[in-house]
Amino acid sequence: MSRFAISVHGVAKDFPVGDDNIRVLHDINVDVNAGELTYLVGESGSGKTTLISIIAGILYPTEGRVQVFDTEIYDLSDNELVMFRLANIGFIFQQYNLIPTLTAAENAAIPLIADGMKRDEAVERGRVLLEKLNIANQADKFPRQLSGGQQQRVAIARALVHEPRLIVCDEPTAALDAKSGRRVMDLLREVALSEDRAVIIVTHDNRIFDLADRILAMEDGRITHDGRDKAILMQEDAQ
Amino acid sequence: MNWVAIRMLTGDRVKFIGLVFGVAFSTLLITQQLTIFVNLLMRGGVAVQEVSTANVWVMDPATRTADVIYPMPITALDRVRSVSGVAFASPLLRSNASIRTPEGDLEGVTVIGVDDSSLVGIPRRMFEGDPARLMDPDAVFIDDVGSRKLFAPGQTVIGSQLELNDQRAIIKGIVDSTPTFTAQVTLYTRYSNALNFVPGTRNRLSFVLVRSDANVSPETLAGRITEQTGLKARTTQQFTRDGIDFIIENTGIPINFGITVVLGVIVGVAIVGLTFSLFIRDNIKQFGALKAIGVTNRKIMVMVAAQSGLVALIGYGLGLTMAAGFIGGGAAGSDDFKGFYMPNQIPLITAALVLAIIALTGFIAIRSVLKTDPASVFR
Ligand SMILES: Nc1ncnc2c1ncn2[C@@H]1O[C@H](COP(=O)(O)OP(=O)(O)OP(=O)(O)O)[C@@H](O)[C@H]1O
Ligand SMILES: [Mg+2]
Repeated sequence: MSRFAISVHGVAKDFPVGDDNIRVLHDINVDVNAGELTYLVGESGSGKTTLISIIAGILYPTEGRVQVFDTEIYDLSDNELVMFRLANIGFIFQQYNLIPTLTAAENAAIPLIADGMKRDEAVERGRVLLEKLNIANQADKFPRQLSGGQQQRVAIARALVHEPRLIVCDEPTAALDAKSGRRVMDLLREVALSEDRAVIIVTHDNRIFDLADRILAMEDGRITHDGRDKAILMQEDAQ
Repeated sequence: MNWVAIRMLTGDRVKFIGLVFGVAFSTLLITQQLTIFVNLLMRGGVAVQEVSTANVWVMDPATRTADVIYPMPITALDRVRSVSGVAFASPLLRSNASIRTPEGDLEGVTVIGVDDSSLVGIPRRMFEGDPARLMDPDAVFIDDVGSRKLFAPGQTVIGSQLELNDQRAIIKGIVDSTPTFTAQVTLYTRYSNALNFVPGTRNRLSFVLVRSDANVSPETLAGRITEQTGLKARTTQQFTRDGIDFIIENTGIPINFGITVVLGVIVGVAIVGLTFSLFIRDNIKQFGALKAIGVTNRKIMVMVAAQSGLVALIGYGLGLTMAAGFIGGGAAGSDDFKGFYMPNQIPLITAALVLAIIALTGFIAIRSVLKTDPASVFR
């Protein structure tokens, strides 16, 4: 058993562009701990989304290996990888991607339903999480009846409802104003973080950098900074 | 996951109704047109089917159907009677004539002259009057649809007088007969009477109606009659078929109805296909998210199949109900549709076509959902 929740070894990623391949990630080696809120920051196009997709098991790397809680995820068959994601990974997207014709509680219950849990029980568990996220009173509303911040909280509930050990978020606050963005991140930290769970958040929203335990900075497909001193990081970013 | 799929679909009211309407409309169009088509074709054979007692029709070799006739000399009757295996043979005359109605209008009619003594050739069922009344002088029977064509509702039909070729004809009964393809008023009378009604030519025997002996099949007897008399002989079944084939070969009906059925399929594919693609496109991000979260491709396919299956089921049911209502209502309410019915094969054919429409659009939808890269959800 390795000490790390996630180990990335020598990961590289090429994308085909015309007849050529362009390398957008170069020899990435990084470990992520459980119990920490890890930020992945960097300029647009630096490869943050590509890296987090590879870590989350939805994008095959061109080279290298990824272990998530001691499972070599890209050694799994396609189907095993899907089942692995369902059991172990919670996703939070910038666009929420809620199903518009399901209520908040039903949306929150999706991973449990996908795993075969009975509908009533799953929706009940969805409700419990909405309560933790302070939107119990919105449980029976449809996404279009909710504010952006509320929708993102429903999405967080959906990411947590099946108690996955890894949570990945790509720009979770990008579509929100500063205040609701911060409130969502506060809640995420409060509800998602635990001893045995890793949380990785991609963002270039420096307003919330102070909430991170560790910040990884990327530049041109490489990790160029890795630090736990928030003050320095925030200063660097401000420069 | 299937209730999620169904809720995704039914929650989007406008598209759901559009999809169901598309399938229902296609179903209605296809079913209704096929039914009318089949029934119109059948009308090519009703004149033959109506004569239940005969099982072989003998005619001049040039005659093609019950309506396309080259008459024979009356001597043909005795020649046919002399063939062994013939239980009975009776003359039948079918001819066109014009009548003057009580109001003085002129109307084209089909005159059918049946054997004077046996009356073989009149329809089985009578709405009014008794078959024996045909023995009365100048007696004719009129078909029910024709009676409504010639007489206003409430007018007395029985006992009314018509004028045929300067001869008097008195209506003594109303028979239940299905209109033939030409949908003319039909008058039944005795053969000897009919000769007076239709303008005189030398040969005025249209058919010899034959019943075979119990120990000889109609096919065998037909062959024997042709061999011994040189006349054309067809079993009831063959001659019914001849009438239908004649319509198929000589009218634009099959092509026209074929085009409408194809249009029904195209409309179905267009409405259902487009709406379903729109629906999938609206939800492609959600499908992508489901795939990322951990829904297998197999489950995704089942979801899309459940969605299209539901649309097919409701739409088909609705369309079939409307078509049945249309045909049923038409058959009950309008003489143009008298005797129309929906053969069992038609709903099955329609179901197969609807299934093809749904399979095609479902297949395209599934392909686009499966092609969606789960990694695209972070874009
Ligand atoms: N599917 C793809 N095909 C080709 N090139 C791609 C593809 N996905 C990403 N890239 C390229 O890879 C590089 C890294 O993209 P990535 O989305 O990981 O950046 P990012 O750091 O998330 O940027 P942003 O902050 O704008 O989201 C970019 O140059 C991008 O153009
Ligand atoms: Mg990105």
